[in-house]
Amino acid sequence: MLDLHKTLNSLKDQAEWVGLRRVKETTTYRTFRDEKPDRNSISSDDGLMIEVLCNGHFGYAGTSDLTSSGVQRAFKKALLMAKTASPFAAASFTTEHRPPQQGRFESPALQSLDTLSVREVSDILCEATKAMNLSHKMISRSATAMIIDTEFTSVSSSGADIFQKFSIVNTDLSGTAMESGETQTRSENGGLARCFQIGAEVFNRNEILDRSRKIAEEALELLTAENCPDETMDLLLAPDQMNLQVHESVGHPLEYDRILGDERNFAGWSFVEPKDFGQLRYGSPLMTITFDPTIPESVASYAFDDSGCKATKEFLIKDGILLRGLGGLESQSRLNLPGVANFRSSSWNRAPIDRMANINLEPGSSRLEDMIASVDRGVFMMSNKSWSIDDYRNKFQFGCEYAKLIENGKITKTLKNPNYRGTTIKFWNNLKAVSQNRETFGTPYCGKGEPSQVIRVGHTTPYCLFQNIEVFGA
Amino acid sequence: MNFIETMKHTFHTVADHILNQLTDGEDATLNLYAEESLFVRFNNNKVRQNTDVEQRSLSLVLQKAGKTATVVFNLTGDSQEDRHRADEWLSLARKEVEELPLDPFQVPIQNNGTSDFTVKGSLLSPEDVIQAITEPAQGADLAGLYTAGPIISATRNSKGQSHWFATENFFMDYSLYNGQKAVKGVYAGTEWNQDDFAVNLAQSKNQLALMDRPKKVIAPGSYRAYLAPAAVAEMAMMFSWGALSYNNYKQGGSALQKLADGDTTLSPHLSLRENFSLGLTHRFNSLGELSAEQIDLIKNGQLVTFLINSRSAKEYGIAGNGAESSEGPRSLEIMPGTLRKENILRELGTGLYLSNLHYLNWSDRLNARITGMTRYACFWVENGEIVAPIADLRFDESLYDCLGANLLAVTDFQEVEPQVSTYESRVLGGSRLPGFLIKDFKFTL
Ligand SMILES: [Zn+2]
Repeated sequence: MLDLHKTLNSLKDQAEWVGLRRVKETTTYRTFRDEKPDRNSISSDDGLMIEVLCNGHFGYAGTSDLTSSGVQRAFKKALLMAKTASPFAAASFTTEHRPPQQGRFESPALQSLDTLSVREVSDILCEATKAMNLSHKMISRSATAMIIDTEFTSVSSSGADIFQKFSIVNTDLSGTAMESGETQTRSENGGLARCFQIGAEVFNRNEILDRSRKIAEEALELLTAENCPDETMDLLLAPDQMNLQVHESVGHPLEYDRILGDERNFAGWSFVEPKDFGQLRYGSPLMTITFDPTIPESVASYAFDDSGCKATKEFLIKDGILLRGLGGLESQSRLNLPGVANFRSSSWNRAPIDRMANINLEPGSSRLEDMIASVDRGVFMMSNKSWSIDDYRNKFQFGCEYAKLIENGKITKTLKNPNYRGTTIKFWNNLKAVSQNRETFGTPYCGKGEPSQVIRVGHTTPYCLFQNIEVFGA
Repeated sequence: MNFIETMKHTFHTVADHILNQLTDGEDATLNLYAEESLFVRFNNNKVRQNTDVEQRSLSLVLQKAGKTATVVFNLTGDSQEDRHRADEWLSLARKEVEELPLDPFQVPIQNNGTSDFTVKGSLLSPEDVIQAITEPAQGADLAGLYTAGPIISATRNSKGQSHWFATENFFMDYSLYNGQKAVKGVYAGTEWNQDDFAVNLAQSKNQLALMDRPKKVIAPGSYRAYLAPAAVAEMAMMFSWGALSYNNYKQGGSALQKLADGDTTLSPHLSLRENFSLGLTHRFNSLGELSAEQIDLIKNGQLVTFLINSRSAKEYGIAGNGAESSEGPRSLEIMPGTLRKENILRELGTGLYLSNLHYLNWSDRLNARITGMTRYACFWVENGEIVAPIADLRFDESLYDCLGANLLAVTDFQEVEPQVSTYESRVLGGSRLPGFLIKDFKFTL
């Protein structure tokens, strides 16, 4: 019905610059609980965002009305947005902030998700909940798959022409065990951390059933485990917790729109100031952080951001020193600092803002077994379950599902209710070992912005060992 | 026709079109959510971004032979085009229903009545918004979001049920800054009044002036604390996070498990209820069921009922109470107590006056323990006098303590905290809350 190029041709002479971004997304959500269907839905979202530049200000209007009269009406509104706000604008922009890039991107799925029938997915999820039924103590057993098919198409009056197609699957397996007043939940890697650009190959029946049994075993094991001790000691974090640690204490504080104060009324400001880039010692020399859109399975790999800027791998922190922040072309010119291609919108109904994408911790030189062997007394925590950090991203407290006590270089017992707290810079300067091997996780639900948007981010991280951390139990 | 009138026509045309096509054994519920929104984001009292959005989404729940399929798609507002889309999605729903397994906890579709309610607002015209906000805020470092326009929520089903709720509302959710010291303000309603906004802004400016002293660093420990209604609102959100959900309770995920099982109690000063007479949202849920106007949830520290959706009711063989599927409060009220506004500082004596909290999460769900931060206008108080704003603190505290034996008093006044969530769409609802005076509130970092 809607031809973007024809529509652009009909509008482009009526403003200094016009951009059209159509987003079509279909989300299939399937949950089974205790071998029964719990939630099954197919949701589609399809709309158009029109951007207009007028007197240095971009105005936005989004609509789900893709008829020609609907598009005309949205265009007039975008023009009105640009004109009414330009005398009051916080910054002045030009067409330089919307490069005329052309190109395509497609997720590297081995096997198309279309090859999976409703019944195949349902059967695997149903069987997964059955595989968790190891004991009558398992009071809740659930399996969820969220299958997402997204197409972003952008064209602009200055010549941009971009098509990006994403095939994304999020899965979660979760089991809750209960006995005499104690309740413990174990999931696969904490919430929906298994969030990948992948195809139907993700639904490997045998692997999923093995993982389901392991989750139930660990939930049952936690019922009789000791509480995590309250003590300051070594802390070893698995990649499915580093996922959250990097996200909250590195990703968010480095976002330029936070540093510029755009986000102050909502998620908050940042302890990082513009003068810190190039000199702040963020962490120990073992800490190297990248913006990396090139990891194939990671959920926020892409070729272009929503301004049309080409995405490339960049070092944000190198050997512990802060080099570069997370900001798209608009923030880069407001701050006069280099940035990355991260000007992203959640969908057609939101203007792009500075977001994380894939924010990764580069691998170190240690082997996991040597890291464990190096610990006299410490806790090894896995899978995030609780997160909280202040509005400047300093004081945090995080909790995990499952932990092991390490004594004299050996894992000795399982611990329940593990938590730790700290402040960002001090914590990262206590980083004393980083593993060679890395794992990729992410989240489909990073929230930010006014109006608010959730966006998908990926984090590829190693196992990390920190010293002198305040650890505690329930 | 304006947005609401156009959508009413479109919704009924599309609903008739779908419902008329259903064959024997098929039943369906249709839920419409639509909004036309103006969003203006401010930083430093200037416009960072402004966006107009028209969005309309229709969900179709199809039931047949004990199976349930749900499909959701966007409408354009053009009846012709939307009937065409409806045909495609109905056929997809039929395909789903064929392939899915039996849904044993399906709630049979029934006629839950009819209602038709539209609130006509008086909103600023889009051309006037920016000046109306920036002019009275001149000289202030203001950051925030103005949002306004119609919101529609409606439901129909194949048994004849039909509910329509539309409102035209706005909010200005903002902060004022003096360097790293800040205060929070919200002005919301259905009729913009420029003088009321100016008064709201002036109050915030006065509060910011109170913060113009060096910040005091408070060591971690237990302190007497007063939580103003906006801070209580953050804490009350934890009751929406699974705590009052009956299904969560049965699945081992409710933080109120120990209260429900009679293992512990909350303070006799604490009473919570769902109260739709606040007028912030509609009573019908997505099944079209009408909740009672008021439902006591916790009364004098005792759990009266969880929120129970009809699907949970069917699964566990008990009666439901018209809750939404998320089983969280939609229009929460915490009942007032006896502490008068003018006595707050005196009763607090020496401790912390907390206007706002930030980023709460469970730190030990089974023991209803939460962690979070202080934010915005928070002060150190000595002998009933404000001494200085504080450097923000992290707390880690069980609701069973701070809303149990340590809850000393509840204010005799309440404030309405409007819902300001805009994830994906603008959300209806809000809460009405008092302030709490608490002893030994635990700060850890
Ligand atoms: Zn986030």
